[in-house]
Amino acid sequence: MIEIEAVSCSIRGASILSDVSLSLGAGGVTALVGPNGAGKSTLLSMMARLRRPDRGTITVAGHDVAATRPRVLARHLAVMPQDAALPGRLTVAELVGFGRFPHHRGRPGPADRVAVEEAITAFGLVGFEGRFLETLSGGQRQLARAAMAFAQGTPVVLLDEPLNNLDIVHARQLMARLRLMADEAGRTVVVVLHDINHAGAWADRIVAMRGGRIVAAAPTDEVMDEAVLERVYGVPVRIASADGERIALHFR
Amino acid sequence: MTVGLRGNLAFALQLRMEQLAALVTVSVAVALATVVFQTVTANRILTPSLIGLDSLYILIQTGFVFILGGVGVATFGPVAKFAAEALLLSALSLALFLPLMRARTDLTLLLLAGAVLGILFRSLASLLARLIDPNSFAIVQALRVADFNTVDAALVWPCLGLTAGAAVLIWRLRHVLDILALGPDAAVGLGVDWRRTSALLLVLVGLLTAVATALVGPLVLFGLIVTAIAGPLGGERHAWRLPIASAVAVLLLVAGQTVLARILGYTLPVGVVIEFGGGLVFIALLLRRRR
Amino acid sequence: MTMAMERLGAPSPRPRSGGAPVVVLCGCLVLLSAAGVLAGVGGVPDRGLLLTSRLPRVLAAILTGAGLAVAGLIMQSLARNRFVEPMMAGTGQAAGLGILLATIAAPGASIMLKGLAGALAAFAGTAAFLFLVRRLPPSEPFLVPLLGIVYGGVLAAVATAIAWNADLMQFLETWFSGEMSGILAGRYELLWANAALLAASVFIADRLTILSLGRDAAEGLGVSFAAMLAAGLGLVCVIAAVTVVTVGIIPFVGLVVPAMASRLIGDNVRTVMPVVALGGAVLVLASDTLGRFIRFPYEVPVGTVLGVVGAFVFLAIILTRRG
Ligand SMILES: Nc1ncnc2c1ncn2[C@@H]1O[C@H](COP(=O)(O)OP(=O)(O)OP(=O)(O)O)[C@@H](O)[C@H]1O
Ligand SMILES: [Mg+2]
Repeated sequence: MIEIEAVSCSIRGASILSDVSLSLGAGGVTALVGPNGAGKSTLLSMMARLRRPDRGTITVAGHDVAATRPRVLARHLAVMPQDAALPGRLTVAELVGFGRFPHHRGRPGPADRVAVEEAITAFGLVGFEGRFLETLSGGQRQLARAAMAFAQGTPVVLLDEPLNNLDIVHARQLMARLRLMADEAGRTVVVVLHDINHAGAWADRIVAMRGGRIVAAAPTDEVMDEAVLERVYGVPVRIASADGERIALHFR
Repeated sequence: MTVGLRGNLAFALQLRMEQLAALVTVSVAVALATVVFQTVTANRILTPSLIGLDSLYILIQTGFVFILGGVGVATFGPVAKFAAEALLLSALSLALFLPLMRARTDLTLLLLAGAVLGILFRSLASLLARLIDPNSFAIVQALRVADFNTVDAALVWPCLGLTAGAAVLIWRLRHVLDILALGPDAAVGLGVDWRRTSALLLVLVGLLTAVATALVGPLVLFGLIVTAIAGPLGGERHAWRLPIASAVAVLLLVAGQTVLARILGYTLPVGVVIEFGGGLVFIALLLRRRR
Repeated sequence: MTMAMERLGAPSPRPRSGGAPVVVLCGCLVLLSAAGVLAGVGGVPDRGLLLTSRLPRVLAAILTGAGLAVAGLIMQSLARNRFVEPMMAGTGQAAGLGILLATIAAPGASIMLKGLAGALAAFAGTAAFLFLVRRLPPSEPFLVPLLGIVYGGVLAAVATAIAWNADLMQFLETWFSGEMSGILAGRYELLWANAALLAASVFIADRLTILSLGRDAAEGLGVSFAAMLAAGLGLVCVIAAVTVVTVGIIPFVGLVVPAMASRLIGDNVRTVMPVVALGGAVLVLASDTLGRFIRFPYEVPVGTVLGVVGAFVFLAIILTRRG
C-alpha cells in the first residue's frame, strides 16, 4: 500500500532522513515510534506529500505522491498533521465536514452528511456537533481532528501524534477506534506514537526510527524487545510480561 | 556620499540660529524621551510615539482650538498655550499609559494598542479640524507630517530651556535609570520606589514629547531609529546611553536636513524620510525579535 | 461500525445561524439608503439629482463597504490571523503607489488602466507582506497587524516622496484618504467590479476555511495552498485597487466587520460571508451618511469618520479579547 524507496532529505546541510526505504502492505495499524527529532513527522508528511524528499520516491495506493494531483490523492489518503492551530469559531460538525471536501468540492450530498455523522459518533463527539472548537478541551479538539481524518473515508490514514492531550480513557478509545478502522473497514493506518506501550498494545507492526534512519521495522512482538528498544531510544528499557502482553518498563 | 563633514558644518552654519536651535532641541528631546521610556518599560522597541503620545499632543492642540475657538486661543499667546498643552499631555499620558503599563500587558498587545491609539487620536484631530473649519485642508495636512520649514519661532527658546531642564533632571537620575532597566521587580528589590520614579519619568517623557511635536509635528519613528543606532554604541549604562543617543539624534537630523536640502531640493518634509527609514528599522527589529 | 466512544462532558447550545443578522442588516441597509438618497444638500432630490448624485453615492458606499469587509475576511484566512485587513497591511498603500506611478508615466490614462496598475502593485506589495508575515512567530498574533501598519506607512512614505517631487500631492490625498463627495454617475462605475468579485469569492469560500486550518491540513484535503493564495490575493488586490482609485483608502472596515461577524456566527467563511458583506455595506454607508450630516452642509470624509469609529471598535476588540 505504501512504498518508500531510498528517501533522503536534508535541511540546510543537516541530514534529516538518510536513505529510508520501507514497504507497508495494505491494512493493519502501523506505529511509527522513536525519540523526539528522529524524523517521524518528516517521514509521515512526505508520505502525505506535504513535503518533498530531496531524493527517492514514495507511492501510496499505487500513486506516486509527487506526481499525483493533490485532489486525487486526497481521496486515497487522509492526514492529521501534528501542528494544530485551528480557527476557534468553527463548529465540530463544520470541521469534520471539511474532511469530506475532497469528495464534494463544496456541495455536500446526503452521503457526505452520513459520513460526517458516522465519524462524529465513532469518536464520541455526539452532542458536541454545534460546539465551537474554542470551547473544547485540548483532548476533545484532538478527537475532532481525528474524526475529520476519519470522515475523509480514505483507504490510507496517517496520523501524527493523535494521542497528544488525551487522558488514558480517551487515548485507549482512540487507539481502539483506529484498530476498528483497520479491522472492519480494511483501512491502512499509520500513526506516530510516543508511548511505546500503546504501540505494543494496538499496532500490528512497529517502525522505529532514530536519527533519520529506520532502526527496526517488524511485527510488534519483535520490536517490543529489550535490545531493540535500547537501540531505538538509547536508554535501557525492560520488558515485562503481563497476561501475555509485553509491556515496556521505561519509567526508571 | 560626497557631502563631507565640511559640507555639513558649512550647511549647519548657514541655517538660521533659530532653526539650528530647534533642530538640536527636537533631537535631544526625542532621544531623551525615547531612552527614558524604553528604560521605564524595560524593552527596546516601544517608544513614546509608538504608543501614540505625539498624536495625542496633536489632538490636544486641535481640541484647544475646537473648545476655545481660534480667537480664544490667540489671546493666550503661543508660550502660554504651549505650556497648557504640554502640561495636559503629561497629565493625560500619566492617566492613560501608566495603568496600561502597570497592567503588565504583553508587549505586542501594548504596541498594537498604541499604534491604533495613534490612528484614533490623529483621526479625531482631523475630525475636529474639519468641524472647526470645513474648508481648511491646510490644518489637517500640517498635522500629518513633521516639517522643519514651519517652526514656530516664538516657541524655540522656551522649548530649549524646558529640554535643558528635563535633561539635567534625567542626568541626575542616570543611576536610578540603570536599575529601572532591570524591570520593576528587580528595581523594587533594590530599593527604588518604582511607582513614583516611573510616574515622574513619564511626566518628563510627556513634556519632552510635547516639545518635539510642538516645534515640528509628529516624528513618529524617529526615536526608534535613534535608539536602534545608539543602543549598541551606548551599552547598558545611562551615563553613556543618554549622551550618545542625543548625539546620534542631532547628527541624524542635521545629516537628514542636509540630504534633503542638497539632494532633494529642500522641499520634502523630513517626517516623510523618517517614516520611511524608521519603518524599515522597525520591521527589521520585529523580524529579529523572534530569535 | 458500532462502537461509539463514551460521551465527553456536557454539550452546550449550538451557535447561531446567519439568518437573524442578515435580516437586521438588510433592514438597516434599506433605512440608510433611503436616508442617503432622500436627504442632503438640495433637499428632496428631483430625478436628475437622484440619478447623477444621490443614488451613485449610496451605491458606491454599499459596494465599497461590502468589498472591503469581504477582502478583510479573505486576507485573514490567507494570513491565518484575525487582525489584518488590506488597508492596514500595505495593500491599499501599494495600490495607491501603483496608481501614482501610472499617473506619472501616462497622465492621460483611463481610470480603468490606473486601477489595473494599482492592482498589480497591490499584488506585489501584499505578496511581500505575506512573505514577511510567515517569518513572524505564529504564537504572537498581534505582531502581524503591527507589521502591517508600519509596512503600510513605509509604502505611503515612498508614495509621498514621489508625489511631492512630481507635484501630485493633491492626487495622492484623494487616494490615501477615503472620500465620497466626488462620487457622481460616470465616476464610480468601476466599483461594480467589487460586486463581481464578491460573487467570485463565494466560490472559494470553503477553500478559504480549509486554508485557515493550516497549510498541511489544506494540502491533505487536496486544496493547493499556492493556488488558493494566488486566487485569494488576486481578489483582495483587485478590490483594494478599485476602491483606492475611486474612493480612497478607508481603514478598519475589513478588520472590525469580520471580527464582529466571527463573534456572532463563527469562522466558517461560507456562512459568515453574507453577514460580513452586508455588515461592511452598512458600516460604510452609515459612516458616510454621518459624515454628510455631522457638519451640514459641509462634509467630513468617510475615511476620517471610520478612522475614529473603526479605531475605537478595534481597540475594544483587542483589549477585551478573552485570554
Ligand atoms: N523546517 C525545519 N528546519 C530545520 N530543521 C528541521 C525542520 N523540520 C524538522 N527539522 C529537524 O528534523 C529533525 C526531524 O524532525 P521531525 O519533526 O520529523 O521529528 P519527530 O520525530 O517528528 O519528532 P517529535 O517526536 O518531537 O515530533 C529534527 O531534528 C528537527 O529539528
Ligand atoms: Mg513529530
